[in-house]
Amino acid sequence: MKTPLLPANTAFWFLAPALILIVVFFFLPVAASLLLSFTDFDIYALGDHERLRFVALDNYLRLLGDPLFWTALKNTLYFVLVGGPLSVAVSLGAALLVNHRLVRFKGLFRSLLFLPVVTTLVAIAVVWRYLYHPRYGFLNYLLGLLGLDTVDWLGDPDWAMPAIILMAIWKNFGFNMIIFIAGLQSIPVRLYEAAVIDGASTWRQFRHITLPMLAPTFVFVTVITMIGYFQLFAEPYVMTQGGPANSTLSVALLMFQEGFRWWNLGYAAAVAFTLFLIILTGTVLQLRLRRREI
Amino acid sequence: MAVFSEKPIKTLLLHLALIAAVIATLFPLFWMVSVSLMSSAEANRFPPPLLPAAPTLEHYRMLFSRLNLAAYLLNSTLIATSVTVLSLLLNSMAGYAFAKLRFKGRDRLFRLLLASMVIPAQVAMLPLFLMLKEMGLVNTYSGVIVPGMASIFGIFLIRQYALSIPDSLLDAARIDGAGEFRIYRTLVLPLCKPILVTLAIFTFMGTWNDFMWPLIILTDSDLYTLPVALANLLGEHVQDAELMMAGSVLTVLPVIILFLVLQKYYIEGLVLGSVKE
Amino acid sequence: MRLIGFLLMPALLGACGGDREKTVLEFWAMGQEGEVVQSLMPEFERLHPELQVKVQQIPWSAAHEKLLTAYAGDAMPDVFQLGNTWIPEFVVLKAVDSLDNRLTAQQREDYFEGIIETNEIDGRLHGLPWYVDTRLLFYRTDILVKAGFSAPPKTWNEWLAAMAAIAALPGGDRYALLLPMNEWQVPVILALQMGSELLRDEARFGNFRSDAFRQAFRFYLDIFRRGYAPAVSEAQIANLYQEFASGYFAMYVTGPWNIVEFEHRLPKSMQGRWATAPMPAPDESYPGVSLAGGASLAIARSSSRKDQAWKLIEFLSEPEQQLAFYRLTGDLPARRSAWLHPDLATAARTQAFKTQLERVVSTPKIPEWERIASKIAHHTEKAVRGELTEEQALAALDKDVDRILEKRRWLLRKRAP
Repeated sequence: MKTPLLPANTAFWFLAPALILIVVFFFLPVAASLLLSFTDFDIYALGDHERLRFVALDNYLRLLGDPLFWTALKNTLYFVLVGGPLSVAVSLGAALLVNHRLVRFKGLFRSLLFLPVVTTLVAIAVVWRYLYHPRYGFLNYLLGLLGLDTVDWLGDPDWAMPAIILMAIWKNFGFNMIIFIAGLQSIPVRLYEAAVIDGASTWRQFRHITLPMLAPTFVFVTVITMIGYFQLFAEPYVMTQGGPANSTLSVALLMFQEGFRWWNLGYAAAVAFTLFLIILTGTVLQLRLRRREI
Repeated sequence: MAVFSEKPIKTLLLHLALIAAVIATLFPLFWMVSVSLMSSAEANRFPPPLLPAAPTLEHYRMLFSRLNLAAYLLNSTLIATSVTVLSLLLNSMAGYAFAKLRFKGRDRLFRLLLASMVIPAQVAMLPLFLMLKEMGLVNTYSGVIVPGMASIFGIFLIRQYALSIPDSLLDAARIDGAGEFRIYRTLVLPLCKPILVTLAIFTFMGTWNDFMWPLIILTDSDLYTLPVALANLLGEHVQDAELMMAGSVLTVLPVIILFLVLQKYYIEGLVLGSVKE
Repeated sequence: MRLIGFLLMPALLGACGGDREKTVLEFWAMGQEGEVVQSLMPEFERLHPELQVKVQQIPWSAAHEKLLTAYAGDAMPDVFQLGNTWIPEFVVLKAVDSLDNRLTAQQREDYFEGIIETNEIDGRLHGLPWYVDTRLLFYRTDILVKAGFSAPPKTWNEWLAAMAAIAALPGGDRYALLLPMNEWQVPVILALQMGSELLRDEARFGNFRSDAFRQAFRFYLDIFRRGYAPAVSEAQIANLYQEFASGYFAMYVTGPWNIVEFEHRLPKSMQGRWATAPMPAPDESYPGVSLAGGASLAIARSSSRKDQAWKLIEFLSEPEQQLAFYRLTGDLPARRSAWLHPDLATAARTQAFKTQLERVVSTPKIPEWERIASKIAHHTEKAVRGELTEEQALAALDKDVDRILEKRRWLLRKRAP
């Protein structure tokens, strides 16, 4: 029969494959994860489901009393609050440079600066481990040339997180740079022309035209960066395993260790949901704050 | 424009700054290639040499002969290609539906999907593992491929682009008696080609570079993807900088080439994906 | 999903192939051992032409999760290596097969008693020790002589006296003993030496306020209070070997892997000036006990090739193979007969381990042990730093451990009626 399908039905057939997959492989596990976080699923329960109990909010309470969780949260916030703004600042700087009206070969510069974004993090972490090598690494060699003391980048608890932040900025700044460039290009040229006629300095142009006009881009970039940075995992997993002295243990890494190393799935699910709540709060806060500013 | 001749010094300084930034950015990649070509004795010298005195391919040979790298390369290619092809099909269908087909609750459903992008993937991982276990997909290629076959971001990207297709075009086709799937196949897909290319690159690279999920779901080393194999290798060969660098080069090279060839699509798509509603 | 399986079939089939008549044994081994053991396989395959061993090497840092994920995903290998403190977990999961009917009484005799006991859960053997380790005293002979001690300390009192004498030596910033305060091993060894059970009532509750544990804990804290050991954590010691060579500390309680490391990394001039000795005892019962550590080999219960798997374990346990393995890795053999070989019998620093291995005991054999151990490390560190008093630290430890053991108590109650 070749009766034309009703629009609603058509839409259904177009949507169903993708949506069913998303529901089954994302929404359902998320819901299951929430349920899991109210149970004491652990290695005993893995062997025999009879040994599973409903524990209500116990996992969350335990979390609040777990010094390891607070360490992980502190480290993650360090990464987000120091690494995030630095990363956005570097991106903006690069975007302003590349997009400057005097610069030629814009496309070439943009592509080259973007290259780290597409690389594989694990491979890059391998490379940076050697850049950070206390004896043969290039960074310490540079420090030596400048007459500074060398640093045991990944071995010293005070330096390990800065080292990871540096690498993350290198890897990520290109992404936001592209978005900033697009934002800069959407600012009408006549605004600058008017400012030049008024005799405004470059700094004043930047302060009073560029920054306000970039505000929506800023909101997008900071929110995206924050969400991504909160999920810090592969960098410490490959570079430091969370060490030394747990100085690079992130919340996502803690979840991975609790969940897949020790199979405390109930507890790990509580960690995951707490991370989610923190990200959600952060996002809503950012959006509110910016909205008021604008 | 007269600006160029007016400010030669400023122009020069700007370009110098940019070149310095490019050198700093590309240095780790350059060094990776350089060290991968050094002999073991040379790589562990201080100060670190910039270029190999006598370039050698011995580490690459070792990766392929002793460490089974060809198999991992194949695994990664197979998985990334499968995910790309399948997700392209499913996401484009859904994206098109959200953009151009009218049905009840469409916008609300779309907003819900968008909002759920805030949920970190890690939240779903634990039960997903148990679920795939029940389906017998743990330690199989499908265990990596199936969960990646549809993505909210992909749907979003296609929808943003498909919005620009004029309704009149679709209506004309309908009046001509074309079925909805035919319209999608012969009209919408060709019109969406640029964004499909973009999404294909995104998906391929994302899958190629993904680490946490294959690490969890693949237990047999014969099935490892390159990043997982590389991390595994690192556990054993921490001291062999040259060897690890060679492995990194082989992992990174395919995605870099892909990017350089298709960068126009990549960057345009990225900008489109970041445009606010 | 079918479709994908179909698409992938050719690739999968292409990947295997090869010799179809041989039975392939999957063997997972960790870290350096996983790499080195491959060189022993040609000999095994020559002796057993019908078998072929596929060794998969897993980094130690990912070993525990890989094994558990493999269990959860029904993808266990036939034979695998595991740290002997992990055995209780795999027994709870029913993931390992019992070896009771496979190991003869005579073979069993050849193993260090304390070590093989860690492999026995509820009276049944679940793994066979592959290589062993324990902790004992590494010390600078020259510094001890300077302080008036020609032999290593045999009792706690002698140990304290030696520490006092070393601390009194001229030469500024130096300590007698290095005890990284975030490690649980030394406080636990001292407690075991005092006969503490660590846990009570069939490991239902923590037993850290018992006299035995308290005395050991006090002795441990005293070492810091008197300034014999620096209050540093492991990560704060930038270069262990350099500090040992410079005399920053004269004694260190650590394991056999450091014999190899010290021999490699200490300057040549240092090589005649350090030795190893068994742990001092609280009383006259020298040597004092230490921890039963090491790695074992186990057969997965899910394996369909258990008899063949046992052949591999048997092969790796032969004294000759144990010796070959020692030469390749420095890992100490689990069988006494392997220690008769001159390579081991004449190595003085290694012989101290032989003596110590005759006096080792196991930590509580329950799956919760790793978590309990990390709590011990945590609260000990707080007590050393002075953030908690001795009493507060022990009470907090009991409280935390009781909470960790809550599930175990529930399971025992459930099983009882």
